[in-house]
Amino acid sequence: MKDTTLVVAGMATLAAGTYAFRLSGQLLRARISFPPRATKLLEGAAVILLAALVATTALTQGHGFSGVARPVGVLVGGVLAWRKAPFLVVVIAAAGVTAGLRLLGVP
Amino acid sequence: MSSIRRTLEGSVLRDIALTCLAVLFIGLSYGAIAVASGFPLWVPAAQSVLVLAGASEFLFIGIVAAGGNPFAAALAGLLVNSRHLPYGLALPPGVTGRGWRRVFGTHLMNDESVVFALAQEDLPRKRAAYWACGIGVLICWPGGAVLGALIGSAVHDTNAFGLDAMFPAVILALIVPQLREWLTMRAALAGAAVALIATPFLPAGLPVLLALVAVFLLLRDREPAESAGGREPSGAEPRSDHQPQAAP
Repeated sequence: MKDTTLVVAGMATLAAGTYAFRLSGQLLRARISFPPRATKLLEGAAVILLAALVATTALTQGHGFSGVARPVGVLVGGVLAWRKAPFLVVVIAAAGVTAGLRLLGVP
Repeated sequence: MSSIRRTLEGSVLRDIALTCLAVLFIGLSYGAIAVASGFPLWVPAAQSVLVLAGASEFLFIGIVAAGGNPFAAALAGLLVNSRHLPYGLALPPGVTGRGWRRVFGTHLMNDESVVFALAQEDLPRKRAAYWACGIGVLICWPGGAVLGALIGSAVHDTNAFGLDAMFPAVILALIVPQLREWLTMRAALAGAAVALIATPFLPAGLPVLLALVAVFLLLRDREPAESAGGREPSGAEPRSDHQPQAAP
């Protein structure tokens, strides 16, 4: 690690800023009263964000493609989740398939 | 804790426990990766408690380890974490607690606690699920990170165990119930596609936010129902009926 002071300052920035995000959404909501439709919309927006997070963390590494093994593992986990498999089975299957593919030489 | 046990069904509590267990495993990989990247143990330990948002911490460690400026890494992490603002908008008031409890409850807001809260039907259950999952993650994420950092010297290649597939699989498993509604699924797929297309061109974190343009797909379907003539309440009814079924 290069410069401890700088790293600590960066960590503090990330921690404080993240807390500010966590708080400000709630404060905004308390000031405005939302109709049920808007509430459903906001919940939908959160699902869209999470789905995008799944897609990017499964398929990309930095600015490029992550390789085949990881997205295939996540896809297997997704299919199992859709078929209502237990949560731990989903997660272990995702990791297991990815590890297995890499063992076979798949990137 | 006893009030949480009274409020939540056993199946929900079990799912929360399993989620926390998965978070612990992801924490293991996080701590191991951080140490393998040359950080001392206290970096993942402090970050996992104070930031408490996995994806941004991975990103921070990754950028700094690659020689990036820690402030640039923090900004990238904040981009990723800006999704907590719409999370706060989506949570009904009172879920994070009131008064002084809210100061702490706000810190417990993360992908998992928000999803579990939204999946419950009424406010007491939403609040119980949010706090149970939030505190579970507060214990398991730093616990896993410290444990991972300790054994990190033993396990060098965490990718060989497919641990990097765990985080997306966890989030995917959590949103599957909501994705069973076609309208949400369509918007989520479109948002994911937008984020993927944008990834090569935008700084990390921005593509996920750009996915929000897909929100308009949640709107479109309802306009014909409105123009069908004052049927807005009945049009909204079936959608709220779907919600209990969607609970994990």
